[in-house]
Amino acid sequence: MQRALEDFLRALRASEVPVSPAEAIDAHRAIAEVGFADRTLLKDSLVVTLAKSAEEAERFDACFDTFFARDEFPGGSAPAAGPDVPTPAGDLARMLLEEDAVGLAGAMEAAAARAGVSEIQTGAQRSLLTRRMLDGMGLRELESLINTLRAAGGRDEEVAAALTERRGALFAQARAFVDRQAELYAAQTGRQLRERLLARRKLTAVEPEDFRAMEALVRKMAKRLAKRYARRRHRAMKGRLDVRKTVRKSLGYGGVPFDIVWKRRTVEKPKIAVLCDVSRSVAAAAQFLLLFLYSLNEVVERLDAFAFSDRLVSVNDLLDDEKVDDAIELILARIGFRPTDYGQALADFCALQEAALDHRTTVIILGDGRSNYANPRLDLMRRIEDRSRAVIWLNPEPLTYWGQGDSKMDAYRRFCHVAKSCNTLEQLERIIEDVLRTYTPA
Amino acid sequence: MKAGAPRAQTSPLDSVNTIIEGLAKAGYIASRRIATALYMAAHLEKPILVEGTAGVGKTELAIASAALLELPLIRLQCYEGLDESKALYEWKYGKQLLYTQILKDHMGPTLAGAPDLESAMERLHGVGDLFFSETFLEARPLLTALRQEGGAVLLIDEIDKSDEAFEAFLLEALSAYQVSIPEIGVIKAKTPPIVFLTSNNVRDLGDALKRRCLHLHIPLPDQRLEERIVAARVPGIEDRLRRSLVAFVQAVRTMDLRKLPSISETVDWARVLVLLNVESLDADLVRETLNVLLKFEQDVTAVEARIPEMLSRQAQA
Repeated sequence: MQRALEDFLRALRASEVPVSPAEAIDAHRAIAEVGFADRTLLKDSLVVTLAKSAEEAERFDACFDTFFARDEFPGGSAPAAGPDVPTPAGDLARMLLEEDAVGLAGAMEAAAARAGVSEIQTGAQRSLLTRRMLDGMGLRELESLINTLRAAGGRDEEVAAALTERRGALFAQARAFVDRQAELYAAQTGRQLRERLLARRKLTAVEPEDFRAMEALVRKMAKRLAKRYARRRHRAMKGRLDVRKTVRKSLGYGGVPFDIVWKRRTVEKPKIAVLCDVSRSVAAAAQFLLLFLYSLNEVVERLDAFAFSDRLVSVNDLLDDEKVDDAIELILARIGFRPTDYGQALADFCALQEAALDHRTTVIILGDGRSNYANPRLDLMRRIEDRSRAVIWLNPEPLTYWGQGDSKMDAYRRFCHVAKSCNTLEQLERIIEDVLRTYTPA
Repeated sequence: MKAGAPRAQTSPLDSVNTIIEGLAKAGYIASRRIATALYMAAHLEKPILVEGTAGVGKTELAIASAALLELPLIRLQCYEGLDESKALYEWKYGKQLLYTQILKDHMGPTLAGAPDLESAMERLHGVGDLFFSETFLEARPLLTALRQEGGAVLLIDEIDKSDEAFEAFLLEALSAYQVSIPEIGVIKAKTPPIVFLTSNNVRDLGDALKRRCLHLHIPLPDQRLEERIVAARVPGIEDRLRRSLVAFVQAVRTMDLRKLPSISETVDWARVLVLLNVESLDADLVRETLNVLLKFEQDVTAVEARIPEMLSRQAQA
C-alpha cells in the first residue's frame, strides 16, 4: 500500500495540490491511524491533512475519486470452454477463459507498474503505453496461442473464438486504465505547457477557443502581482526610535522615558491611473488589456481606470460593480472599436483627472499610439508627465512599427519614463510588476 | 475501522462516529468531514485551521468540542497589533518592583557577616533568584492553555486578523506545544491542548502555518444538514415550518448577493419565527423579517422582489 500512497501523492501534486515531504509523512501517520478499510474515512482524513485551502480540497476530492476508481472486469459466469479442453498455456489465456476478474486486475496493475504507466507525461503516449502494458501481460503469447488453436479446428477453434472476443474486452479495459492514468498524471503537465505557450502568444493572435484559458491566466497573474505587492507594503511598518518625541513625552514622567515613541514611515499608497485603448486598431488585444485592468482593479486599492477610443471615459464604476464579462462587454459597447483620437483622449483625461494627478500617481497607458493623423496634443502629454510621478506606455506593437504611418509613438515616448513594446501576457505581467516596484512609492 | 492507541476506558474520541454523536449531544451537528478533522487532530496532535464564511459555526465547533471533551475552553481573539505580551505571558512588573525592595531590605543582614567582597558575592549567589521566575509570570491564553494539567481546548479566533509576525510566533507553540521564555527556558505542555484556529480569509495565511495545521473548510450546509442544525438549535420549531424556512434560505443562497446568509442567520431567523408564533411562511411575514437573514440593504431589496416567486415555487415542490 506504500506504493499506492506514493502514486496518489504524485497524482495530487500533478493536480496542483502541493504535497511537501513533511505532509507526506503526515499522510502516512494519518493512514496508520485510520487504515485503508473505510474509503470515506480515508478520504476525509487525507483531505484534512493534505489540502490547505478550500480550492485545494476540491481538487483533492476530484483526484481521489479518479485515482481510486477501478473498472470491474466482467466475470463470475461459468467458464465457456468445457472441462475436456486442455487449459491453454499461459496465465493470461487461463484468466481470460476462467473470467478471473481479480487475477486480471492484479495482472494489469502489475504490468502497468512494469511499463511505467504512471510516468505518463502527455496524452500522446497513451497508445504506446497501452501496448506495452498488454505486452507485459503476455499478449504476444496469447495471440500465437489463438493462432494455433484456430489452425487445429474443432473444439479448439471455439476456444480460440472465445479468447478473441475476450481479448477485445481486455483491450478496452487496458485503454481505459491508461486513460485514467493520463488524466491523473499528464493532464496537469499538458495544462502547464499550454499555459506557458499562451502566456507567450501575441495578444493579437489569441484564438477564440483559448479565451477562457487566457482569462484564467490573466487572473492568476494579477493575483500573483497583488500578493507580492501587499507584502512589500507591510514591510514599511517597522520603526526606529523617535528620540525627539520620546524625550518630549518623558517630560510628563519627570524625565523618565516611560512612553517610547517609534518613528513610523508613513506608507503612501500608490495611485495608479490606467488609460486603456479599446479602439479598432487594438481591438484584438483590447479584451485582454481590459481583463488585466479588471483583475488589477481587484487587487490594487487606488486604481483609476479609463478606456478611450475617440474620447475617454472613466470605467471605475463598471469595473467595481459589474462582473468581469459584463464589464468588458459594456466598456466595449460604450466606447470600443471606434477610430482612435489620442489628442481628444488626452484632453478628456486632463479634464477629468488632472487635478488628481500628483507626485504619487503613476500613469499607465496601454495603446498603440495610432491617432489617425489627428492632433496628438503633445502639450497635454507634457503636462501629464510634469504632474505625475511616472508615465508608462505599453504598446502592443513591436518597436519597429513605432512612428510608422499614423503612429505617434515616437513623439509620445519622449514624455514617458518607460515606453515598451508589450504584446504577450508574460511581458505585460513583468512590466506591470516593474512598475509597481519602481514607480510607486515604497 | 482501526481505532488509535488502545485506551483503558472509552473516550469520546475513539471513532468518528462517537465524535459525531458527542458533538450532537453538545448541540453541534457535525458533518463527517468535520468529525474526521477533530479525530485526526486528537490523534496526530495537530491544530485544526478552520475556514469558512462568517457564521458557519467555526467558533461553535471549538465550544462544542470543549463541551464534548469536558475540557476548559481558552480563547484568544486575534486583532491587528496583538503581540506576545497579550497572547503568551507578561511579567508582573509591579510585584517584581516590590520584590526588589524587599530584597534590598534583607540584603543588609544577609551580607553583614561576610568578611570581604568575594564571599559576599558568593552568599548573594546562594540566595535563590526569584526575580524572573514563574511566580512573577502573568500567563496569557497561550501559556494558560499549555499549562493546563488535563489538557484544554484552545481557540485562536480570527487568526487572519493578526499580523504576519504574530503568525510566525505561533509556529513554535503550535508545532511542538511549547513556548520559550528567554528568562526561564522552555515551557512544554504536559497534555497537548486541542487547538482550533479560525480564519475568515481576510488575508492569506503563511504556508508555514498552514503546513502545521490540519485544514478544515466548513461549507454552507445542504438542506438536510441545515434542517438538523435548526432542529438542534431551535427545539420548539415545527417540522413543516422548519423545512420551508430552510428551503427558503437555501434558495436565497443561490442568488447573487453581497453576503449570503449562513447558518447563524438561519438559526436567528428560525428563533424569530418561533417567537412570533408563526405556523407557515407567507410573503408579508418573510418581507418583515428579512432583515434578520440579510445584512445589506441592497441584498434585502434584491430578495424582496422575488419573495412571492420563491414561495410559490416552494409550494409546488
